[in-house]
Amino acid sequence: MAKYSFHVNGRATTVESWDPGQPMLYLLRNSLGLHAAKFGCGLGQCGACSVLIDGKVARSCMTSVQQASGRSITTLEGLGTPDKPDPIQAAFITEQAAQCGYCTNGMIMAAKSLLTETPHPTLENVKRALAGNLCRCGTHTRILSAVLDAAGRLIQGSKLVQPKA
Amino acid sequence: METLNAVSRRDFLRAGGAVVVSFSLGAALPKWTGAQSAAPMADLGKPLDPNEVDSFLAIHADGSVTLYTSRVDVGTGLRTAMSQIAAEELGIPIERFTVVEGDTALTPDHGGTGGSSGIPVGAKRVREAAATARQALLRLGAQQLQRPEAELTIVDGYVQPLGTGLGVSFATLMNVKRLDIKIDSKAPQKDPAQYKVVGEPILRPDVSGKATGRNVFMQDLVVPGMLHGRVIRPPTIGAKLVSVDESSIRKLPGVSVVRIENFLGVVSSDEWATVRAARELKATWSEWQGLPGSDDLERHVRESAVDHDEVLVNEGDSAAAFSTAAKQFSAMYSWPYQSHASLGPSCAVADVRDDGATIWTSSQGTYGLRNNLAKIFAMPAEKLRVIFLDGAGSYGGNGNDDAAADAFLLSRSMKRPVRLQWMRQDENGWDPKGPPQYLSLRGGLDAQGRIVSWETQMWLPKNIPGNRAFIGIDAAGISQDHGQGAGQMQMNGDPSYASPNTRVVVHYLADSALRISNLRAPGKIANVFAMESFADEMAAAAGVDAVEFRLRGLIDPRAIEVLKRAADMIGWQSRPSPNTQAAQGNMLIGRGVAYMRYKQQENYVAMAMEVAVDRASGQIQVRRVTCAHDCGLIVNPDGLRNQVEGCILQTLSRALHEEVKFDRSRVTSVDWASYPILRFPEVPQVEVALIDHPEIPPVGAGEAATAPVVAALANAIFDATGVRLRTVPFTPARVESALAKN
Repeated sequence: MAKYSFHVNGRATTVESWDPGQPMLYLLRNSLGLHAAKFGCGLGQCGACSVLIDGKVARSCMTSVQQASGRSITTLEGLGTPDKPDPIQAAFITEQAAQCGYCTNGMIMAAKSLLTETPHPTLENVKRALAGNLCRCGTHTRILSAVLDAAGRLIQGSKLVQPKA
Repeated sequence: METLNAVSRRDFLRAGGAVVVSFSLGAALPKWTGAQSAAPMADLGKPLDPNEVDSFLAIHADGSVTLYTSRVDVGTGLRTAMSQIAAEELGIPIERFTVVEGDTALTPDHGGTGGSSGIPVGAKRVREAAATARQALLRLGAQQLQRPEAELTIVDGYVQPLGTGLGVSFATLMNVKRLDIKIDSKAPQKDPAQYKVVGEPILRPDVSGKATGRNVFMQDLVVPGMLHGRVIRPPTIGAKLVSVDESSIRKLPGVSVVRIENFLGVVSSDEWATVRAARELKATWSEWQGLPGSDDLERHVRESAVDHDEVLVNEGDSAAAFSTAAKQFSAMYSWPYQSHASLGPSCAVADVRDDGATIWTSSQGTYGLRNNLAKIFAMPAEKLRVIFLDGAGSYGGNGNDDAAADAFLLSRSMKRPVRLQWMRQDENGWDPKGPPQYLSLRGGLDAQGRIVSWETQMWLPKNIPGNRAFIGIDAAGISQDHGQGAGQMQMNGDPSYASPNTRVVVHYLADSALRISNLRAPGKIANVFAMESFADEMAAAAGVDAVEFRLRGLIDPRAIEVLKRAADMIGWQSRPSPNTQAAQGNMLIGRGVAYMRYKQQENYVAMAMEVAVDRASGQIQVRRVTCAHDCGLIVNPDGLRNQVEGCILQTLSRALHEEVKFDRSRVTSVDWASYPILRFPEVPQVEVALIDHPEIPPVGAGEAATAPVVAALANAIFDATGVRLRTVPFTPARVESALAKN
């Protein structure tokens, strides 16, 4: 079976795939045990499977293992942990910006990509950046608040990792 | 507040194969290690009798507590709210609570999730169990400390003297034994005025796991030896499987085809091979055309056979009052089939063996699912164990139960555990749908502008007793129930305002074109859309401000309070509709309001909305939504607010975009392009006022705020444009054509 190498969450990783067209989503979830990226549609329409590839948000259901080869992939697990969340994750926890939480992965990955390129986003910037991410529970307003809050945390260079009381 | 940090962690423990959510502090996050590989153990010896305290609550030697409930949390925060109620009543800090949900081997059956009943019914029982336990512990403490109960109190899991002196912990009193007592529904309960935990915005324990990719969803479950399955649905709903060409997928590694009559599935240890096999397997199906098509659904429903009528309200003489009314009104409102359209397609893992089966699911009712599967497969229910795991929001009866039945069929054939996940087209195409609704209204005002007559006729699918049929089981030719039900769809069919002559009639239809089930706030959203649009039509025709018109017909102070509050929040200016102010370029600006009491006896909710309608494109821009919500006692204000916001935005999605499309053979709205939902650029500013009544027992809040959304929106559109939209969804094409006719 062909082998493919890349960095996943900062670590050099090799996976095998019988099909060069296999979407990264399945390899992340089943070969690497990284379950944060979710299958939502397999069509690139909802954003639930989002990861960062070389720092930019990408749909892992539409990215083949061949395309990902040699690149650097970051998943939601790679951003932070419940004890040490990334500032965006911390903002989502503080704002309680989830209901079922199935879309949360994609929201945070898209926000990460946005805030890397646009550290001072307006509300409209955030709405546009998340336009391709679907939330079915209607948690949008909290997600928007969380992303704007995260921008504030990042700007302040705050090391705040605990949700505010 | 310390508790906020303390509960921001989620921790998975193993308890006989169940995933356990813990509020515990400081515990590292152990990896999910898979489920038990031993034979299914449906009987773990734990009490399950819903009349026993021990069935609901276990106090452990380390002072921690496990709460067991069949009421599952589908992203609503129920597990947090229920823990708050139990913690409050027991006098044990909430950080020590762990919740086990929907595991038929561990949780007592006190109902499934649905109908916003988790708090008023589900948590009520938990509260009674906790109050009974508290009394028993106080009694044990009195014996141990050799002091009268009246001199003792409960603090943080200890029975303590009111003054000075040593106390004794619950754990010591329990001595790892069971309490072994029946729940006493009359056991004294804490006075809400003394509440310390109930009423606090305790953080949900699952959110940190969800935000860091550590929460274990149903879709993430890995069972040792598990195979990945997919089902292949026919290209048309009623097609029969003629032949399968297995050579078409020969090049894919290790894929097995499972065929049981017309049930077709593929299974492999490699998920991607399974997905490709499901896509590439060549199968021949018979032709079928049994649907009316969605384009002319309204006429089809109106012309289809009525099974029976039911008169829900008949006060005064509405016909006579109508005929003599100073102003007469009539209108027809229509609602399409809608999909639950869960963001994650339904998923289940089944491990079916000769001596029993274990099924992991996100079903809202694990006991119902267990009993249904047991009946279908002629197995004793005790041999089946059904375990709930967090899923994508289900909003009622989505595809989860069907997926469990599909997984069962595949595992039974393969004699291995099988993880079955639907694809997007399966979810949007084959989930049981929220039914279409038609309402015909007639009413009249007297010369003073008071309602003198109100008549509602509604067309609804009839209820058929029995379980809803699984599509996979039907396809496999296995006998099962063919029940039909979609919840209490007939509620909220009469006006919220005083009407001396009122008649409400339901015409129950013999057939439904598509398979149906409960979809969030069944029936009530469309009914209130009709009721509150119609009231608005009356107000406009009478030249009376919409809020003023409503206030004239209300006497309940809680109703008046929410209505005034929602109007105040949006800066309501008293004037009749439509708006005569100049447009902002192409944008016509308007505001609308709606009020209702959910199920006529639960939450009071009022909503006001500000919209802009682009007369060039027909595009509706919702700018602001204000909502005042009164559900009695507020258990968790942040959780409640999250639910109310979700109700508003999800229902805006349903109002603006959602309609299941189908031709003569199949559902054609099978992805997010053909079944669009609300997107971020459309999200308005949402302001919610929560009105707390600690003295009034709480009702549920997962649905109520959905009900006035569409009416408030339609009323705002009327105010902006002078055009009344009576058919959902309010697509740009529909708005354009309505504007053109105006």
